[in-house]
Amino acid sequence: MRVVVKIPDEIKNEAWRGFKGRQWKEDIDVRDFIQHNYTPYDGDESFLAGPTEATDKLWGRLQELQREERAKGGVLECETEVVSGLTSYGPGYIDESMKELEKVVGLQTDKPLKRAFMPYGGVKMAQQAAATYGYTVNPELVHIFTEYHKTHNQAVFDAYTPEMKLARHNHIITGLPDTYGRGRIVGDYRRVALYGLDYLIGMKEKDLFFCGGRNMSEEHIRLRGEIADQIRALKGMLKMAEIYGYDISKPARNAREAVQWLYFGYLAAVKTQNGAAMSVGRISTFLDIYIDRDLREGVLTESEAQELIDHLVLKFRMVKFARIPSYNELFSGDPIWATLEMAGVGMDGRHMVTKNDYRFLHTLENMGPSPEPNLTVLYSSRLPETFKKYAAKISVNTSSIQYENDGVMRPVWGDDYSICCCVSATQTGKEIQFFGARANLAKCLNYALNGGVDLNTRQQVGPEITPVTSEYLDYDEVMHKFNAMMSWLVELYVNTLNLIHYMHDKYYYEAAEMALIDTYTRRTFATGIAGFSHVVDSLSAIKYAKVKTVRDDSGLIVDYEIEGDFPRYGNDDERADEIAVWLLKAFMKKVREHHTYRNSEPTTSILTITSNVVYGKATGATPDGRKAGAPFAPGANPAYGAEKNGLLASLNSVAKLPYTYALDGISNTQTISPNALGHSLEERVDNLWHILDGYFDQGAHHLNVNVFGVDKLRDCMEHPEKPEYANFTIRVSGYAVKFIDLTREQQLDVIARSAHEVL
Amino acid sequence: MDGRIHSVETFGSVDGPGVRFLIFFQGCRMRCRYCHNADTWKTDGGEPMSADELLDRAERYRAYWGESGGITVSGGEPLLQLDFLTELFEKAKRRGINTCVDTAGQPFSREEPFFSKFKRLCEVCDLFLVDIKHIDPEAHRALTGFSNENILDMLRFLSERKKPVWIRHVLVPGLTDDDAALRRTRQFIDTLGSVERVEVLPYHSMGAFKWRELGLDYPLGDTLPPSKERIQNAENILVD
Repeated sequence: MRVVVKIPDEIKNEAWRGFKGRQWKEDIDVRDFIQHNYTPYDGDESFLAGPTEATDKLWGRLQELQREERAKGGVLECETEVVSGLTSYGPGYIDESMKELEKVVGLQTDKPLKRAFMPYGGVKMAQQAAATYGYTVNPELVHIFTEYHKTHNQAVFDAYTPEMKLARHNHIITGLPDTYGRGRIVGDYRRVALYGLDYLIGMKEKDLFFCGGRNMSEEHIRLRGEIADQIRALKGMLKMAEIYGYDISKPARNAREAVQWLYFGYLAAVKTQNGAAMSVGRISTFLDIYIDRDLREGVLTESEAQELIDHLVLKFRMVKFARIPSYNELFSGDPIWATLEMAGVGMDGRHMVTKNDYRFLHTLENMGPSPEPNLTVLYSSRLPETFKKYAAKISVNTSSIQYENDGVMRPVWGDDYSICCCVSATQTGKEIQFFGARANLAKCLNYALNGGVDLNTRQQVGPEITPVTSEYLDYDEVMHKFNAMMSWLVELYVNTLNLIHYMHDKYYYEAAEMALIDTYTRRTFATGIAGFSHVVDSLSAIKYAKVKTVRDDSGLIVDYEIEGDFPRYGNDDERADEIAVWLLKAFMKKVREHHTYRNSEPTTSILTITSNVVYGKATGATPDGRKAGAPFAPGANPAYGAEKNGLLASLNSVAKLPYTYALDGISNTQTISPNALGHSLEERVDNLWHILDGYFDQGAHHLNVNVFGVDKLRDCMEHPEKPEYANFTIRVSGYAVKFIDLTREQQLDVIARSAHEVL
Repeated sequence: MDGRIHSVETFGSVDGPGVRFLIFFQGCRMRCRYCHNADTWKTDGGEPMSADELLDRAERYRAYWGESGGITVSGGEPLLQLDFLTELFEKAKRRGINTCVDTAGQPFSREEPFFSKFKRLCEVCDLFLVDIKHIDPEAHRALTGFSNENILDMLRFLSERKKPVWIRHVLVPGLTDDDAALRRTRQFIDTLGSVERVEVLPYHSMGAFKWRELGLDYPLGDTLPPSKERIQNAENILVD
């Protein structure tokens, strides 16, 4: 039997007028479309347009709402009666009285900033999140999701082994996505605009038709069920758009439709999933093709083009989920990682900077700094200097963007990857990632020294290996024990993740996102490391200085005295840096030894978000001199105060970590005082892009750049009510956050880390 | 030959053009009351390092320099180790590295053997950053312990040789921000031919802790950084 899925010619002829290429027309291949149709832009920012009156009004209103939200303790309103779904609500607008001003429409619920009730990940968490802000979820809904429908959370806890629960309780494995959506799955939302839903539904129906007909294995049965869910989600998307008065069954015919269609795809994701990271993906260059065509046809002005992008970004700034307090402690400031990429270089060597990349960055000028969307520049020293300068200028002025090295990612992921979380690459529409939290390696080192006993709970968590009994630590003995303990930890960690992802697929499947991804998708399995620099420095201290143990009455090692000096990671000193490289490789090699769910490809990351504070709190003193409970350095950053030779030495140390062993990302956050970056804006901009060139040309992966002085942070901490701080955004490990949304502990932590002042 | 090195800083952005590797030489005879590197005074301290050792370290950061960056030697007073400085810069030039020295000029003299050596330095130094701490010889002596005549003479010499110079003036309220003196400084600068830039550096007290660590009383204990208006005023007089 032949299954033919076609878009009628008269519709194609109109929607795809002027678009070149062939392959993408006969299949689903957005990359091919982009490569045939985008126009690299080498000019500067002088073409950009300021905010329209409508933008000013809408952004003004949204800022009022954000102030109300803050005044109410962080949440404006919580849903208590309706389960979130594609069509649970009628239309919602930023302000009913100004709805005709919105060029891009669609909200998660019926009201702006109102948080939906999303019980599928775990009803207890959903209930608790509402309760935290004074809302009581209808008991009938709780009853349904307890008695009649199993949630992801219930399923995971049904299956957890006692050992997994113990490890989780003791925070040696931490940040597990077992009470909410795992996130990190980026639908190719561009497909909605390019093809329209009729075609996408047809293609999925074709996949379903051919799936498993000859061999109905468990794998195929599961996949058939999933495809059916995807088709249902696509049909739901159609209805969702109808609620707003749009028919998205056909391809978008112009820029405004393309932006709106694409946004509906994303909206479907955030109405149905409350993943930790709900990234937008690589949409900038794609949308530029539509805008460019409209500009050439004379049906759109630059001001209208900017307005479209501004309004799309407004929507990304509004996405919210109801979270519980312990989640907020880990990931402060209400982040959702609406990560959105620009620039990069194509496989054919042309850079991929378009005018739209400028427009997205320009939203930070038109509407001020903002943590979301998480704007990410895919950097290469081969990008045009004009663009490097503009991005650097936006960094100097807003501290709101991050940079990732296209030069190391392109060989692995091609030229159409998206960033699916804070820093992790994923091929758009071709791949999904199983998100995997973190293993606390600093705690693992303590377990190795103390025979598997946790210092905080005194429970026997790890295997009962012989503890260290000597007064001074011996490098070879410690390495032997640490290796053994790490093997135990990695095995348990991978097994725990396997279990979580099995249940997530079964009970909280991302039908709307997966509907916009190839049916036969590549899967990666992301693990993560916390406490990285403390383990490196600890091992270096044991190797190069003398580390004396301090024991309590029960004989456990609770602290250390270091005699003599030792090299520390962050000084471009090979002695310490080679330990860092070893640690990453050793961990990753251990991960690779294990079976990973659905034949996924294992990866790891060194990134911690703001959770470095919470993880540190749960971890005893370490042999590098870090005191019990003190925060970890975030991500792959060197430890506090370790850097003695300035910023570039620190960057060089991080740049040595091989990306091929940490394909999920190596996050580095640096804060530079404006005075240390140059005398004038022009000098600061030039120095900054030179730093980026130098760092990334050496193979480093990621850099968050903050440009402000410690004085400003201190003032903001003491006077958060000042209007100029309402949107004061800073980059933390892998994302941006409003400084006033951090806990005081985290604020103090950021201040302590903001070291690169000029003396 | 080894130099006596106080420390290095891998990221310098305000001591010469572009991104620069900073090398701080140990030792200075001046005792500027506002000095923020008092720990570099002692002329017998420092870590002995060879020119090649320093350049090897510096070149680890070459990727960040682009077309404009390079190395800057500061201190301490670099001219106190003139032989080593010249060797370092000769070797740097052979490696194609842009060189810059940040000096207060106090050791300068047209006497031999210093003068010939200094001329050799000029051949391998791309840019001189020169502090004019005070234009008035007596005020200069009160501020630093030395007169400024030879320092101004060094600037005249660099001007004659057409060596590029950036002039810097640290603005300390009550000590170096007097309008009349600033105007005289400007008049002097206007007589020079190769000044590419004049920078006003607002005083800060971040070096005070070093005095305390050395067991010294910080003489500017109560002095606050200059106001924005005073900085603007000095820039109006010196720069515009």
